[in-house]
Amino acid sequence: MATNAVIPERANYLNAEYGVKSWLLTVDHKRIALLYLLSVTLFFFLGGFFALLIRLELLTPAGDLMQADTYNKVFTMHGIIMVFFFLIPVVPAVLGNFLMPIMIGAKDLAFPRINLLSWYLYVIGGVLILHCMLTGGVDTGWTFYPPFSTSFSNTKVVEAGLAVFVSGFSSILTGLNFIVTVHRMRAPGMTWDRLPLFVWANYATSIVMILGTPVVAITIVLVALERTLHLGIFDPKLGGDPLLFQHLFWFYSHPAVYIMILPSMGVISELITCFSRKRVFGYKFIALSSVAIAVLGFLVWAHHMFVAGMSLYAGLIFSFLSFFVAVPSAIKVFNWTATLYKGSISFTTPMLYAFGFLGLFTMGGLTGLFLAALGVDVHVTDTYFIVAHFHYIMVGGVLMGYLGGMHFWWPKISGRMYPEFWGKLSALIVFLGFNLTFFPQFILGYMGMPRRYWQYPPEFQILNVLSTAGASVLAVGYLLPMIYFVWSMRYGKPAPDNPWNAAGLEWMTSSPPPTYNFEETPIVTWEAYNYDELNKKEEVPVER
Amino acid sequence: MAEHISSPRFYVVIWLSLMVLTVVTVVAAQIDLGPFNTIVALTIASLKAVLVGLFFMHVKYAHERMIKPVIAAALFFLFLLLSLSMADYSTRLWS
Amino acid sequence: MSDSEVAVHNPALRHHFAEVEQQRNASSLGMWLFLVTEIMFFGGMFCAYLVYRTAHFGDFAAASSTLDLKLGAINTAVLILSSLTVVMAVWTAQTGKQKALVMYLLLTIVLGVAFLGIKGVEYAEKFENHHVPGPTFHFAGAIPGHPDHPADPRHAQIFFSLYFAMTGMHAVHMIIGIGLFAFLAFKAWRGAYTPAYFTPIENAGLYWHFVDIVWIYLFPLLYLIDRHK
Repeated sequence: MATNAVIPERANYLNAEYGVKSWLLTVDHKRIALLYLLSVTLFFFLGGFFALLIRLELLTPAGDLMQADTYNKVFTMHGIIMVFFFLIPVVPAVLGNFLMPIMIGAKDLAFPRINLLSWYLYVIGGVLILHCMLTGGVDTGWTFYPPFSTSFSNTKVVEAGLAVFVSGFSSILTGLNFIVTVHRMRAPGMTWDRLPLFVWANYATSIVMILGTPVVAITIVLVALERTLHLGIFDPKLGGDPLLFQHLFWFYSHPAVYIMILPSMGVISELITCFSRKRVFGYKFIALSSVAIAVLGFLVWAHHMFVAGMSLYAGLIFSFLSFFVAVPSAIKVFNWTATLYKGSISFTTPMLYAFGFLGLFTMGGLTGLFLAALGVDVHVTDTYFIVAHFHYIMVGGVLMGYLGGMHFWWPKISGRMYPEFWGKLSALIVFLGFNLTFFPQFILGYMGMPRRYWQYPPEFQILNVLSTAGASVLAVGYLLPMIYFVWSMRYGKPAPDNPWNAAGLEWMTSSPPPTYNFEETPIVTWEAYNYDELNKKEEVPVER
Repeated sequence: MAEHISSPRFYVVIWLSLMVLTVVTVVAAQIDLGPFNTIVALTIASLKAVLVGLFFMHVKYAHERMIKPVIAAALFFLFLLLSLSMADYSTRLWS
Repeated sequence: MSDSEVAVHNPALRHHFAEVEQQRNASSLGMWLFLVTEIMFFGGMFCAYLVYRTAHFGDFAAASSTLDLKLGAINTAVLILSSLTVVMAVWTAQTGKQKALVMYLLLTIVLGVAFLGIKGVEYAEKFENHHVPGPTFHFAGAIPGHPDHPADPRHAQIFFSLYFAMTGMHAVHMIIGIGLFAFLAFKAWRGAYTPAYFTPIENAGLYWHFVDIVWIYLFPLLYLIDRHK
């Protein structure tokens, strides 16, 4: 079964049509996923470039590489690009787009043309932010806080806001498409308790996209109206309240963290169960904890505003509620760990990334608890402790999941195997580079180094040098996969249909899949992750 | 595919009720009901919204069974946005 | 003709759906999810309104009493009537009355334009009275029920900011809806919709009713604050 892929040029979605037009006008969810892959990667390296500029400036205590104004624009661009143009779309729009219909046995998403439209909206938003960047940039931070953004900043706030607004609609349409697809496109027999956990995770993510994104959209519109037409909604001169902006902004932007992390958690569920050769432990708990995280995520937003002048009593409530998010998150981590127990674990590249995720996400999550505690938060607000915390979640969590998933499904996406040695090496480099970059920032923050400054007292230099060194290691770790993925498209070993002997409908179709995913619509009669049965059937031992 | 089709006469009745409620809300606003003015106004508005939703938007006879849960979810999260924001504003002057 | 035959012969059934029922339910669910995003979109402004109205109630009442109640009420009636014409358009599509369908769609457009025209008259009045937020804003009303207690013009300016943001965003939705109906009327005139396929009419109708519901709330919230004093 594992060697039936040597027949060259089977009809698949890649060779179904050729030419630029066949890509730009495609409605095939797999091709759209690749369009996203390309554009998201572009923005990742652009955002990474800005990160490198930040780290270079912070190599020395003096502000010598750039001026304070330029530094403000650089970290703003880093934030906007990484949050809105990379982290939010990366896993749902690339892996989710490619896998969701296949995993549930559908021919496509429910609305293929809307799927293409959402890619175009992403591109339009992307072009706007590039134009904004090249014609002066914006210096408000990715959070656009008024009154600075409405009354004082002399940079291109409106254009950056418009870019975020447009890309927000891209994410709304993706979420809408996913929800309808999961409800209405499942193959016969694919009941809710047989859905892969990656589908559950993306479903929960879509709920957040639908409910949260419109609120930040109108908030940005109000900022733009205040800037251009002098409507005074957040203006303290009129008795307006800038904190209202923060409420509305974080109503979306805190749940947005779960838009980023939930799909990666879904990836990790797939990886850990596959490379432990065991049915995932506590399937129902992992599935429902995704939904629980999505819902609870909407109850905690004001923990971003503890020292902003909010009511102390509201602070107490939000602090208390914030701890609840830890419960479903911990359920996931414990269930993954329990899946490993007595499993037959193989240390392939995707699994290394999954292990990286477990460690880094746990650290990011636990430091999140420190920050949710009102008293501790007062001490470390707006320091590098925060920066380190959310990079552990967003880079340590989201990116580890994304790269793990890319390696896991690359044979399915491209029809080629990636070089395993280089894969393992890159996983190792990313893990080490990441910790070297961000662990020192915890210490820096705890010692009191504030974020968003271009210079700092000399006693912080050693830790900053370590961090910058780590960033360069990390850059190598991210460039490597890009190089060998591209290399493997031409020189990689042709991939069998199911290289990992994994469970799931996506492994039952050919690699790469045909345009409509399956020769005929599958009928599902088995539970998700039936590894016990797969192990019994296993004739050839998997390459370990 | 049995589909419910209402009669035009029924739609006109709903429309007339909406018009009557509009008149009622304007009239009620002229009477001093103390704090109840706002409550009456919003109750009438909600009644009108329910009429439009159930009969003009066909929620009552929808063949897609997820529509009601979807609306309930939207209203619930809107309630969260409003109430948790007000949790801040209504307690800000306490200390 | 059995259901499966319909599925095979219906040209409106797109390739990735198994049957017409599934496709109809999917597009209906999709439209309602879109309306959910619209609820949250307007919800942000309603949240701002709630916060400021509770904080500055008297000033909001003073500013609200300068709005033209008659025009607001007429506009409410116009919009509700347009909801009736829309629901009739859907009905004519369901029952295959093509000419009536085109007529009801055009009627809706006329009512929509009438609404915007009346709104325009109201906006013009705000410009004349300097009730438009910005450097030229001027407000000198008293708090209703307290004739010697002038309202704080800064807070009145917040009211008018919200007024323009909310009615403006509502008007933008109306304009989009009118464009949509113009397109649908053209397609309907060309005979694109049959009792077997009228999803676009149905979904555009849902959109229009939603915009109507937003106005149903905006009218009492903006026009009817403390009118009795």
